[in-house]
Amino acid sequence: MAVYILRRLAYAVLILLGVSFITYLLLYLIPADPARQLAGRSATPETVANIRAQLGLDLPFYQQYFRYLWDLLQGDLGRSYIQRTEVSALIGSRLVASSELLVWGIGFELLIGISLGVLAALKRNTAVDRALMTLSFVGVSSPHFIASMLFLYLFAVNLDWFPLGGYGTVHHILLPALTLGLLGSGWYSRMVRSSMIEVLQQDFIRTARSKGLTRARVIFRHVLPNAIIPVIPMVAIDIGIFIGGLVVVESVFGWPGLGQLAWQAIQRVDIPVIVGVTMISAVFIVFANLLADLLVPLVDPRINLDKT
Amino acid sequence: MTVPASANVRQTLLSVENLSIEFGQGPSRKRVVDDLSFHIQPGETLCIAGESGSGKSLSALAIMGLLPKMARLPSGAILYDNQDLLSQSEREMQAIRGQRIGMIFQEPMTSLNPIMRIGDQMMETLKRHRIATGEAAWQRIRAMLDAVKIPKVSERLRQYPHELSGGLRQRVMIAMAMLCSPRILIADEPTTALDVTIQAQILELIRELQQEYDTGVLMITHDMGVVAEMADDVVVMNRGLVEETAPIRTLFSSPAADYTRKLLAAVPRLGTAPPLEERPEKPAVLEVEALNVRYPMRKKSLFEPATEVHAVNDVNFELYEGETLGLVGESGCGKSTTGRALMSMLNFEGSIKVRGRDIRGLKGSALKAVRQDIQMVFQDPFAALNPRKTIAELVGEPLLIHGRGSAEERTAQVAELLGKVGLPEADVMTRYPHQFSGGQRQRICIARSLALNPQIIVADEPVSALDVSVQSQVLDLMEDLQRQYNLSYLFISHDMAVVERLCHRVAVMFGGRIVEIGTRDQVLHNPQHPYTKRLLSAVPIPALDSKRDFRSLLADSQAPDPIRPKGQAIAPSQYDEVARGHWVAIEA
Repeated sequence: MAVYILRRLAYAVLILLGVSFITYLLLYLIPADPARQLAGRSATPETVANIRAQLGLDLPFYQQYFRYLWDLLQGDLGRSYIQRTEVSALIGSRLVASSELLVWGIGFELLIGISLGVLAALKRNTAVDRALMTLSFVGVSSPHFIASMLFLYLFAVNLDWFPLGGYGTVHHILLPALTLGLLGSGWYSRMVRSSMIEVLQQDFIRTARSKGLTRARVIFRHVLPNAIIPVIPMVAIDIGIFIGGLVVVESVFGWPGLGQLAWQAIQRVDIPVIVGVTMISAVFIVFANLLADLLVPLVDPRINLDKT
Repeated sequence: MTVPASANVRQTLLSVENLSIEFGQGPSRKRVVDDLSFHIQPGETLCIAGESGSGKSLSALAIMGLLPKMARLPSGAILYDNQDLLSQSEREMQAIRGQRIGMIFQEPMTSLNPIMRIGDQMMETLKRHRIATGEAAWQRIRAMLDAVKIPKVSERLRQYPHELSGGLRQRVMIAMAMLCSPRILIADEPTTALDVTIQAQILELIRELQQEYDTGVLMITHDMGVVAEMADDVVVMNRGLVEETAPIRTLFSSPAADYTRKLLAAVPRLGTAPPLEERPEKPAVLEVEALNVRYPMRKKSLFEPATEVHAVNDVNFELYEGETLGLVGESGCGKSTTGRALMSMLNFEGSIKVRGRDIRGLKGSALKAVRQDIQMVFQDPFAALNPRKTIAELVGEPLLIHGRGSAEERTAQVAELLGKVGLPEADVMTRYPHQFSGGQRQRICIARSLALNPQIIVADEPVSALDVSVQSQVLDLMEDLQRQYNLSYLFISHDMAVVERLCHRVAVMFGGRIVEIGTRDQVLHNPQHPYTKRLLSAVPIPALDSKRDFRSLLADSQAPDPIRPKGQAIAPSQYDEVARGHWVAIEA
């Protein structure tokens, strides 16, 4: 077990290194110039060149990147070009809000996805099943920016069930979390459905029924726990997709989280903030995957991490 | 059905009257069980015997109320305790299942919930039927596991199914089915997936429990040996129809239906094979010397010493031209691993010479060249053929891989091969595997293995998955092909009667070693090694009054632990030549 975790942590370092390199390279290659952004439209070429030199943007790519990496190794994520504060402080101030939305959102995804998946599997090949599966398809195909505007308009403006935006109470978090949950639940409902159908055909389900167990007991004690196993690693993969949605949903609902921060930084080519948020997201994803892989053997005793 | 006089006074436990089962509707309607009737008395065993597709398992599921939803029951009644089970609601059936009627299934490996502890799975039954709770329930579970002779019960309760062997799992299944002391136990092929010695133990257990609880047993089996041993009365089914219902003695001494006679005749019986012809000495086409196969085990922690599994230990044998060598033993003895080493499908130590050429370490085109001489036929003809390829593509694939001939020549050769294995029809080539029966598929696999004109064929349990009547056809075909092409077979099997029928020489494997090797008659009729003797005494015999001595088999003989420290040398086996060509391992 310890060997396994150490090995995975070593991989994690490599992954983060790769992520930092690719992000940095992409930002270097895009034709936007942060120095010009900072200097403003009317600035002279000398001013722009000055700012560029100040930020070290006139250096060749590899020097810029290694400088960043060197600072990173010392725990320094750099300073924001625009806000002139430490990136780590910016991220720190927004981490809690985003984590809250992440937990609630994924919670809703799982709650909605698993319940609908179970229902669809039990009613398979009926109108209910077809309706649910169509719905899940609509959900996963809807762009976040349209869906969140629509929900905002419908539930906050028209019906006035939720506040228009902002942060603070459970009331504030419900609408953005539900939006994320509804849109993302389709992956889970489809997966749970097919997984349930597969487990329902297993021999041990017949055994459970032959013992005289009630239908509810067979489903919730024998089918569902087995069907849920492939969903656990799915959650970890989902976090990556989820953070993508977070950027949009936070901006629409005015949620003071990392997504909003990233959105603002991208608009103004604030490179240290963009790379910082990307790195933090990558850390989330890497650790969520490790956590999921450590969780699976607790649910499925057949899986032995020492043999993988 | 004639009921034994003593049973007349006893109440009938379960009677099935004119049961029919159908699938589908309208023109596609198919009757899978037609007009089945039988009765079971307390303490009596009724066997439903038949081959695959006979409807025997569906009949059992009908009694349990566990038929698939698509099934219809146009007629019939299943009477238990003065009520018709077919008219019970699902809720009422739930109360009967597990409590009044227990069931055990064929596949012990998949019949238990893999992520639930053994103890919890058993407790669940007791709770459901409110038989016992708390400590009393645990006591009952322990007593039942003791009764099915599971060692270290307290430890087992906390274990998961995958930590138990197939035999132990089937015992757990039996204990679970008997937990509420049901009046009826339905056993659907309970020993088919198990080795013969384990099979004998399980059958003995069922018999003991039956006597203790006066249970009526409905046993479903394709194995006439099991029928002979267990049944009081027998129903023989074929394609949904009842061919014959008779007490066991009548069935074996004067079977009434043609089908029963055919079925009994098709069963290979140990000791009935015709004597072997004298064979002139032929050169060896395959020489195996000091073969060892070891798999490394992954370390659980940094500080643990490295270990490896010793799957095959110092195996030596020769296979001569035109000869069939049987490699027999129980699951885990290393016989299939040996077969795979011969195909260079895994890494091994020692030397394997195919027609004088050592294949160890060969790669690429050199390995490809050797593989033309040695081909393989696998156990499961359903899994061995790619479902998305036509028969022409499947059989022609070896030719294509080895670049033999043009497309037309290959097609002509495939047609010829299919003709040789008894599938001469022109349309066979364009069809897909699912359109063929198990026996036909195995013929296709054999045609494929012959495509490159090999000298040696490694056949790993080639007939185990087939019905007995089909089995004998495939064995006939293998014999014909051997004579025609002077083939050498390494025939891997657990079935002693089949081995006796086909093999010239036999090697017995146990714990990764060959413990005895010699001619067929030497090994099977004059066994010397204790393990060979034990294996032979465990073979079920499809005749009356030949019941196996179960008790001597109940003592578990454990194979040595195959997990050893890495690099540990094993002393080579010492053999004693008891007769010419008959070698027996000397046990320390």
